Amino acid sequence: MKRIVLFLSFALLVSAAIAQETENKGNKLPSVSVKNLDGQTINTAELSNNGKPMIVSFWALWCKPCINELTTIADVYDDWVAETGVKLIAVSIDDSRSSSKVGPTVNGKGWEYEVLLDANGDFKRAMNVNMIPHTFLINGNGEIVWQHTSFSEGSELQLIDMVRKLNAGEAIENH
Amino acid sequence: MNQKIIFSASLAILLFAGISTRAQGILEGGKVTGNFQLDAQAYQADSAIGAYEVEEKMRMNAFANILYSNGNFNAGMRFESYLNPLLGYDPRYKGSGVPYWFGSWKNEQFEITVGNFYEQFGSGLVLRSYEERNLGYDNAFRGAKVKFSPYNGVTLKGLIGTQRFFWEQGPGIVRGLDGEFALNDMFDKDNTCKTRVTLGGSFVSKYQDLEEIMANDTAMLTLPANVASWAARLNVNRGGFSIDGEFANKLNDPSSINNFIYKNGQSLLVQASYSQKGLGIIASAKRTDNMSYKSKRTETGNALDINYLPALPRQHAYSLSAMYPYATQPNGEMALAGQINYKIKKDSWVGGKYGTDIAVNYSRITSIKMEPAEGENTIGASGTLGYQSPFFAFGDELYFQDLNIEIQHKFTSSYKLLLSYMYLNYNIDVIEGHPGEPMVKAHIIIADMTYKFNQTNALKFELQNLITKQDDGDWLQFLFEYTIAPKWFFTFSDQYNYGNPDKDRQFHYMNVAAGYTQGSNRLSISYGKQREGIVCVGGVCRNVPASNGLTLTLTSSF
Repeated sequence: MKRIVLFLSFALLVSAAIAQETENKGNKLPSVSVKNLDGQTINTAELSNNGKPMIVSFWALWCKPCINELTTIADVYDDWVAETGVKLIAVSIDDSRSSSKVGPTVNGKGWEYEVLLDANGDFKRAMNVNMIPHTFLINGNGEIVWQHTSFSEGSELQLIDMVRKLNAGEAIENH
Repeated sequence: MNQKIIFSASLAILLFAGISTRAQGILEGGKVTGNFQLDAQAYQADSAIGAYEVEEKMRMNAFANILYSNGNFNAGMRFESYLNPLLGYDPRYKGSGVPYWFGSWKNEQFEITVGNFYEQFGSGLVLRSYEERNLGYDNAFRGAKVKFSPYNGVTLKGLIGTQRFFWEQGPGIVRGLDGEFALNDMFDKDNTCKTRVTLGGSFVSKYQDLEEIMANDTAMLTLPANVASWAARLNVNRGGFSIDGEFANKLNDPSSINNFIYKNGQSLLVQASYSQKGLGIIASAKRTDNMSYKSKRTETGNALDINYLPALPRQHAYSLSAMYPYATQPNGEMALAGQINYKIKKDSWVGGKYGTDIAVNYSRITSIKMEPAEGENTIGASGTLGYQSPFFAFGDELYFQDLNIEIQHKFTSSYKLLLSYMYLNYNIDVIEGHPGEPMVKAHIIIADMTYKFNQTNALKFELQNLITKQDDGDWLQFLFEYTIAPKWFFTFSDQYNYGNPDKDRQFHYMNVAAGYTQGSNRLSISYGKQREGIVCVGGVCRNVPASNGLTLTLTSSF
């Protein structure tokens, strides 16, 4: 039984490795169902920002550094949007214990992000998120070009720098 | 049985892979992503705090996920290794292997998944499988799942499977059906109606072979082999208003958790909220009565749950405010909770240049009212209907109460402060099962300030004080954290049990830690003492024993 599984995974890995060599485009967002704050089901593969860069940030109400990150960015978000056209999508991984509190909290804090609810962690799993905050940068073609886990004061400056580079057509090193 | 399933599943995966290969050329566009986490701990005995000698000196938990996707085909697996499981994890995890793998394929209407999978119906009251790797919780299904969207706004799901039980599968088979109907998407294609309504319904049934269980050592119980449950839910949204409700009912399900009574179980969860920019209000109410639902009758631990009973209190993030976390009492509880978030505007006299965030949160949980069932004199005797309970009545016993207020203010671009006060009642007898111990009444005060020296260097200082006359008495905690964005952090903290009634047990739990992050790779090392207690992440809690030593954590995603 284990042999079959191992063989299978090995086959997948090899084939994928070959595939990646021939096709060197960035990964796109996987297709998973999540909800928005109006209760509508959203397919994550269809998230877009009309050809402009997009930030996807995984967070939860119980995660202090996540709230810190989103609060810090909220102070400068208007400027970011005006300057670069970037959009931040805040994906809450709160489960049914607190997912209903996400909308009122986000509004109560005056955040203007697009907020999605990933109550059973399906999007989180598909994006290989271990620990939050985990932030992804997606270019205008919908390709994931950069990711970062954890937040410390000042990390947001690196993030917006990346967005500026993307807009200027410069390459992003993945670190 | 297992091998057959795996074999056929593997075949199916290969078949799907074959189909998608043929459809798209030589695996063109196939992508591999994954992640990895390793936690290793080297232990030192410290008899004072109750950290025992660990024979292996060092233990390790690790896992890696590998996902493959190619167009509409996805496959993945997780390798897990516990050599041996870290203290605080169930020793039954000992070993290494691949307990999770799946293949899935979809088109516009169908999505088929075989292998291991996670799923949630509604808010989870009758069915939820999920994982909390860092708490060692995983009740994944192994079997098959089909999602079918025949019409815009309609989502139907069906699944069948057994549940993960460490390295084995539980004995029960779970079957589930769920339908969700977004009325606006079905009937209002032009989006003219401002009110959004979504209805949903679930049916779940479990089967377990009959077994011989005695009631009070005298009579053999007649057990149901199949136990059904169902739930109905409603979600209404209009502008800033939102109402969410779900009612669940479970037929007679005698089990070790409910002491083998034959009463039906019910749960009702209702949440209403209003919000506009700068203001958010939410009120929630929940009743739970005999709703433990596991795929093994005699399981009493944190495993094989078919459903999920969300606890309403706020999940606190500071160590002392999270010291007494509440866990849902599946046999019965009445819960009320509310929260208000308010932002005092920027550039106002009180709000300052950046505005001030205020949050007030309250929750109260009591027992349910119980009376002897008809024709009985006692409550909860095995083999009987157990008890009867008026649906809307609150019981007399307080389980938990939490009032907390949090104010957050940024004074300048380089200095911000958070202040918080919390009052707590914690029924340690019921929640932790320590009969006879008095209710813990605690006041908790927290100050958390951050000062930025320049664009990348910042110092954070936390001071927390928990004041109580019960349990282990008063605690004081401080923490310094210095960060150099975006790569480095260094912390030094101490938790001091200065109010322990036993003067010899007034311990310090000191800890130093450092970490390095490069993109999505992160390495952290900490050295120090860990207090015995409950650690909760994402709604699941686990008891962590006292430990002392060096901890290394490495995470990576690609």
